[in-house]
Amino acid sequence: MSTGEVLANVGARFLGTLQALGHATFFFADLVRHLPAGLRRFGLTVTQIHSIGNRSLVIIAASGGTVGLVLALQGYITLSRYGQAASLGLLVALAMVREMGPVITALLFAGRAGTSLTAEIGLMKAGEQLAAMEMMAVDPRIRVLAPRFVAGVISMPLLAAIFSAVGVVAAYIVGVVMIGIDPGQFWAQMQDGVDVIKDIGNGVVKSVVFGIASTFIALYIGYESEATPEGVAQATTRTVVVSSLTVLSLDFVLTALMFSTP
Amino acid sequence: MAQAQASTIAGDKGKALVSIQGVTFGYDTRVILSDVSLEFSRGQVVAIMGNSGCGKTTLLRLIGGVITPQSGRILFSGAPVDTGDRAALYALRRRMGMLFQFGALFTDLTVFDNVAFPLREHADLEESMIRDIVLMKLDAVGLRGAAALRIGEISGGMARRVALARAIALDPEVIMYDEPFAGLDPISLGVTANLIRRLNDATGATSLIVSHDVNECFQICDYAYLLSGGRVVASGTPAQLQAAQDPEVRQFIRGEPDGPVHFHYPAPDIAQDLGVA
Amino acid sequence: MGNRKTETLVGLFVALGLLAIVFLALKAANLASFSFDSTYPILVRFDNVGGLKVHAPVKSAGVTVGRIAAIAFDNKSFQGLVTMQIDRNYSFPVDTSAKILTAGLLGDQYVGLDPGADDKNLQAGDTIKLSQSAVVLENLIGQLIYNKAADAPTKEGADKK
Repeated sequence: MSTGEVLANVGARFLGTLQALGHATFFFADLVRHLPAGLRRFGLTVTQIHSIGNRSLVIIAASGGTVGLVLALQGYITLSRYGQAASLGLLVALAMVREMGPVITALLFAGRAGTSLTAEIGLMKAGEQLAAMEMMAVDPRIRVLAPRFVAGVISMPLLAAIFSAVGVVAAYIVGVVMIGIDPGQFWAQMQDGVDVIKDIGNGVVKSVVFGIASTFIALYIGYESEATPEGVAQATTRTVVVSSLTVLSLDFVLTALMFSTP
Repeated sequence: MAQAQASTIAGDKGKALVSIQGVTFGYDTRVILSDVSLEFSRGQVVAIMGNSGCGKTTLLRLIGGVITPQSGRILFSGAPVDTGDRAALYALRRRMGMLFQFGALFTDLTVFDNVAFPLREHADLEESMIRDIVLMKLDAVGLRGAAALRIGEISGGMARRVALARAIALDPEVIMYDEPFAGLDPISLGVTANLIRRLNDATGATSLIVSHDVNECFQICDYAYLLSGGRVVASGTPAQLQAAQDPEVRQFIRGEPDGPVHFHYPAPDIAQDLGVA
Repeated sequence: MGNRKTETLVGLFVALGLLAIVFLALKAANLASFSFDSTYPILVRFDNVGGLKVHAPVKSAGVTVGRIAAIAFDNKSFQGLVTMQIDRNYSFPVDTSAKILTAGLLGDQYVGLDPGADDKNLQAGDTIKLSQSAVVLENLIGQLIYNKAADAPTKEGADKK
């Protein structure tokens, strides 16, 4: 292809991406506008929290445990070299609460709950269920999208907290029970160094932001997917990729905002 | 086999329930409907027929207000459908029932919950009343015993009947059927056609059937429109259409392989292609 | 349209999540010592605030009694003006002195209060008169070099004699 064609291609794709971004923004604004009406049917949201949150519990808790174990082991190796093994609890707690908890939970969420949302919405669209709802004078945004969105935003910080908590407990098991660090030192150093507002609070804020982003991306991609089996399959892949990249980029921005030294 | 009642349209014209006036609709590249005018009166079963892609389903979506025409008006009981007011549109839609081609049932609900859906959303009734109504509607389509089944457990034909029960749950004034006969076995065909006619007569509703199954349609409809190339090329009672002389109409009604709609996709002369000439 | 079982499970999930947050807040962080008690401001000027940061603790006898709220530059006296928020439960005499100390050898810096002997106590908005600035490492090293240099000529003079 000639240079001109390549440039034209790139330009077209860039414009296409911009247009998609604009469309997504309108979609988001629309969704937010329908949230109050959607919340009135809270039973629907509860059902969604069950399918999004409860069903993710096992994978989140298991991952939190393993990440906590690994962090503790790796941390111990490095810290003991400087005679700072007693700070292991502090290391793991800070790492978990500030970064690992919100970010890894968001990535796992995108993979488990995000793809399930995308597929569900995509299949509903393919099976004309959303159109049928519209024809029955029921707004699918209120009845289908809003409850799932709220459920995702509520579930994410809870899951992230569970991830971090299980991780800290796992680190305790490795550090105190297996390696033999003094438990008093373990908790004392941690409590001294982890701030409720700055560390845990910011971690919660992060996970809420990630929850909004991943849930919305999953719903949007599902809603806009092609109404064919291949279309839905492609959509689920796209959800994981876009969600993960967005979460990681947002993490960078939020970390810079929250944790940069004044 | 249900017998169609030959009603004179001229006398019913004053009671037009749905009126499509001079509607043109298309996308950037192609025009789907061009200055189309149709009328549907109360109590009629009307068939809208034509080849694939002639704009039949588009008409249903226009009546339901899912899309808006570039020009012309669509009136439902005198009120325009294509207003910007969502609440008014929703109010109109509650008086319509639509049967989608493959049912479009909610796969996460049971048969009972599917039929109960419009009642629970729009009618402020107690659960016991809703239960009675749902069972009656299911009984009308012959599926009262299947109420507890999940959607994944029923066959395609049954799914369409459940969808029909759902479409009539609120006793709509207009019931629209998108290809109700497509892909059904002979028994289901008979059952469906029968149901459409009986329901229409029992409730006094207006039924619009979009289909290309000429035989079944003619068995039950009072009036039919034939669309081709985005225009109405013929309209009349089944008897009138069967006696029509227009070649396009004859080809469609009789299912002739060749006529105004050509058998061969445009191609150069075959001798040329085979390199003989 | 939620059934009993679903709602119970969701309630359990939410409870678990909140429990995790509480666990983290209490066991892993300093919520136990986090008080929402009201505080009163006390000002103090230093020649050099060193590496003192906002939110650094203010300690007396090694116990945290408050936090640094703001650090500003006093353009009239050309000194650092530090605003501390002291817990209302604690009062200090007006002749209390403030020192900038370092936790450990190279750790974070904080303000230590040495109480005085006066009967009257500091009120909100008062300024502590006695202060000792932070130890700046470069100045210490410079002093060391200067002292060494000051010793050297005397030695040479003694040799010449």
